[in-house]
Amino acid sequence: MHLERSTYLTAPALAVLLAATPAAQAAEFSFAGPLDAYTLDPHAVSNTLVFAVLRNVYEPLVTRGKDLSMQPALATEWIQVDDTTWQFKLREGVTFSNGNDFSADDVVFSFERAKKGGIKSHLSEVASIEKVDDHTVRMKTSSADPILPNQIVNWFMMDSDWARENGAEEPGQADNSTESFANRNAVGTGAYVISDRDPGVKTVLTANKAWWGKMDGNVDKATFYVIANPSTRVSALISGEVDMIDGVPPQDAARIESADGLHVEATPDLRTVYLQPDVARDTLVHGGGVEGNPFKDPKVREAMKLAIDTGAIQKRIMRGYSTPVGLPIANEAEGSTPELNAPNQPDLERAKQLMEEAGHEDGFDVTLDCTNDRFMNDEATCLAIGSFLAQINIRVTPRAQATARWAQQINPPGYDTSLTMLSYSPYTYDAHQFLSGLATTRDASSGRGVFNIGGYSNPEVDQLTAEIGSETDAQKRTELLHQALGILKESNAYIPIHQLQILWGVRDGVDVVQLADLAYPLAWFKVSE
Amino acid sequence: MISYTVGRILQTLLVLLVISFIAFLLVATLGDPLGLLLPPEASLADRQELIARLGLDQPLLARFLHFLGGMMQGDFGLSYRTQEGVGAMIAARLPATIELAFASLLVTLFVGVPLGILCGVRPNAAISRVVMLVSIAGITLPNFVVGVLLIAIFSVQLGWFPSFGRGQTVDLGGWTTGLLTLSGWQAVILPAITLAAFQVTFVIRMLRTQLLEVGQSEHIRFARARGLSERRVWFSYAMRNALLPTITMLALQLGNVIAFSVVTEGVFAWPGLGSLFLQSVQSADIPVIAIYLIFVGAVFMIINLIVELSYPLLDPRLRRGRA
Repeated sequence: MHLERSTYLTAPALAVLLAATPAAQAAEFSFAGPLDAYTLDPHAVSNTLVFAVLRNVYEPLVTRGKDLSMQPALATEWIQVDDTTWQFKLREGVTFSNGNDFSADDVVFSFERAKKGGIKSHLSEVASIEKVDDHTVRMKTSSADPILPNQIVNWFMMDSDWARENGAEEPGQADNSTESFANRNAVGTGAYVISDRDPGVKTVLTANKAWWGKMDGNVDKATFYVIANPSTRVSALISGEVDMIDGVPPQDAARIESADGLHVEATPDLRTVYLQPDVARDTLVHGGGVEGNPFKDPKVREAMKLAIDTGAIQKRIMRGYSTPVGLPIANEAEGSTPELNAPNQPDLERAKQLMEEAGHEDGFDVTLDCTNDRFMNDEATCLAIGSFLAQINIRVTPRAQATARWAQQINPPGYDTSLTMLSYSPYTYDAHQFLSGLATTRDASSGRGVFNIGGYSNPEVDQLTAEIGSETDAQKRTELLHQALGILKESNAYIPIHQLQILWGVRDGVDVVQLADLAYPLAWFKVSE
Repeated sequence: MISYTVGRILQTLLVLLVISFIAFLLVATLGDPLGLLLPPEASLADRQELIARLGLDQPLLARFLHFLGGMMQGDFGLSYRTQEGVGAMIAARLPATIELAFASLLVTLFVGVPLGILCGVRPNAAISRVVMLVSIAGITLPNFVVGVLLIAIFSVQLGWFPSFGRGQTVDLGGWTTGLLTLSGWQAVILPAITLAAFQVTFVIRMLRTQLLEVGQSEHIRFARARGLSERRVWFSYAMRNALLPTITMLALQLGNVIAFSVVTEGVFAWPGLGSLFLQSVQSADIPVIAIYLIFVGAVFMIINLIVELSYPLLDPRLRRGRA
C-alpha cells in the first residue's frame, strides 16, 4: 500500500504523464467508511448506506444530478399522462453487465420484486405497473401523485433473467430459511461492477466498460474498506493507505487540514436533528416535579426553543460542521424557504419570561432520550441541550443509548419518552414525506403519523398534508407546503437543532462529489497523480 | 479415570447450556432489531408482520427452545443484518481471529519468556528493574490505547505497517490466510503486539515469581552444593519447575486472547470475530451476537476441559487420588 506512494517516476514515464491529459488517465481509488453496505440486494432494505454503494452498480429510472435536479437514468423521459398515471420512456440499447438487454420486462419484474422487500415503502403510492411496449412502461398511482419520480430515485432495476436463473426472484427476508443469491452478487446496468467483496471488510468496484453513460471521472477501480474505528480511519488517511475517508469526526478535522496533502470536504447532509417533546400524554412519563404535562403549553415549548443556542452547539460541539436550522427538515428539501428555515435566535430573558407566564418558573424534571452512535456527536449535543434547558429550570437528565435500544424505547407502539432528540432525512428531498410520516395525527390503520413520536396533532396540518399529497399544480403545492411548515414552526412542537454535514477527509489531487444523501458517486470522482 | 472424564464432560455441557440461555436472555433484551430492519416510513402493519415472522411475539422460553433446537441441528439461524447464515459468517471470520491469536502467542513466547527468565534469574540487575517498570504499562494501559499509540507511531509517523485490515489473503479451501503474503505479515504485527501486551506482562511476572520461588527451594540449593554451574542449575533444574505452571496458564489465557480480541480487532479493523461482534452489536443483530457469545463460551469451556483432563496424565498424584 505504501509502494504506490513511494514509486518514483523514471524520465520516460514522466514524459508520458506530462503529455497525457490528467483527467483521461485511468486511476485507482481507495476509500474507507465506518459501515458496510450490508447487503448487495437493492430491494431488501431501505438504507442510505446500501444505496450509497449500490448506486454505482444498479441504476434507477430517474436519478439526481450533481445539483440535486432530476436527471434521466434508465428512463429518458417521463410524463404524468393523467392524475394517476405516469409514463416512462426507457433508454434503448442498455445492457446489464452480464450482457442481457434491459427492457420493460425488467422494470415490471423489479417492481414486483421491490414490492416484496424492505424498499416497498418507496413504491407505496404505486398501485400497478404496465408494460406498454419494450421500452415504455406506465405506472398507476393509487391517488394523484405529482412527485412520483422523486420517490423512486432509489428503486433500482434488476435483470429479470439473471434473477430467475439464480433463484433470486425475491429479495432476502430476515426470516428466510435460505439466503438470497442477490445478497452477495450484483448485476446491474451501472458504471461499475463488483469484482471482489468480503462483507464487512472490503468491496472492490471495477469500471463497467459497457456502461451506456459517460464517465465524468477517471476512477476505473475503487476499493471501499470498512474501518469502524474513527481514529484508525483518520490514521489510514494520513498514512496514505486510502485516498478518502467518510465520517471524519469534527474534532479530527483540524488534524487532517493541517496534515500535508490532505483536506476536509464538507457538504450539508439532508439529515436534520430536532427535539420532540411528548405533547400527547397528560403527564410526564419520564420526569416529574410538576403537575400535568408542561409540554402541552406552547409557551414552555417556545421557551425551550429560545433557551437553546444552536449557534454555540455548531461552534463548540460540531466545530463549525453543522448548519443550524429553523425547521425540522433540511434547507435542500422542497418546502423549505430561507425565511422558514432561518435558525432560531436564542433569547434567554424572553425564555425565562415565557416560563414564568406559563407558571413554570420553578421548572420541572425530564429525561431527554438520545442516541450515542447514530450520528456525529449526538451524545455531546444531547448533553449541551441539557445544560441550555437547565438555564430555564428544566432539569434535564440526558439518557444516551445505543440506537437499537433507544429505538426500541421511543418507537411505536410504545412511544415511551417524554422528550427525545430525533433526526430525519427525507429521501424524496421533499417535506411532504416528513409531514405525512412524522407530523400528522397518529393513525395506526393508515400508517400516517406513525413516527410522530411526540404525538403532535393538528387538524389543520392533517388537512394540508392530505391536500399536498394530491395537489398536481407544482406552485400551489409548494405554497401549501410553506403553509403547513409555517404552522409546525409556530407550534414549536418540533424544536430544530441543526442540519448535519457530510465530512470527508480527502487527499489533495482527488476531486470528489458529495451529495446530500450520503452517496459515493464514483463515476464523478477524478484522481490526478 | 473414566468416570472422572465423563463427569467433567457432562459438567461442561451443562455449563454450555447455561451460557446459551444467558446469551439468549442478554440479547433478547438488547434492543430493537426492527429499527434497523424497517425503514422509518414503514407502517405499523409492516412492523406487526415482521414481528410475527421473526417470532418476536412468542414467549421467551418458546423462543429459546426454538433457538436451541435449531442449534442442535447445526442451524445457527440467519443474521438480521445481512440475511446470511450465521454459521457461515462465523466460519468466514474465524481464520482471521485464530491467526491473530496465534501471532500474539508467538509474540508472548519470544518476548515474554526470555524477559521473564531474565527478571527471575537476575532480579536485581538494572535491566530487570527497567523491564519490570515498563511491564506495569502493559498491565495498566488499556488495549485500545496501546493500539492507537502503535498506529500513531508505526503507521502514521514511520509508515512501516498498515493501520488497518489484514493485507493480501490467500484462500486455502475455506481457510483464508494472511500468513502467506508479505502484506499479510506486515498487517498482523501491530495487532498481535497490541493483543499480546497484556499476556507478555503476565508471563514476565509469572515466570519471575516462579523462578524466585524455585530459586529458594531445597533442590536448587543442593544442586548448587553439588557444584553444578549456575547455567545448569537454572536451565535444567529451576526452569523445569517454573515453566509448567506458566504454560498451563498460557493455555488457559488462549480463551482470553480470543475474547479480548474484540477491542484490538475494533481498533485495527481486523476482519475477525471481534469485528463481526462489534458490527452486530451496533445493529442489534441478535442471532449473530447470541452465537458469538455461545461460541466464545464453548472455546473457554473446551480449553478448560482439555487442561483438566490432562492434569491426571501430568500429575500421578491426581490419578491415584481418584482410583
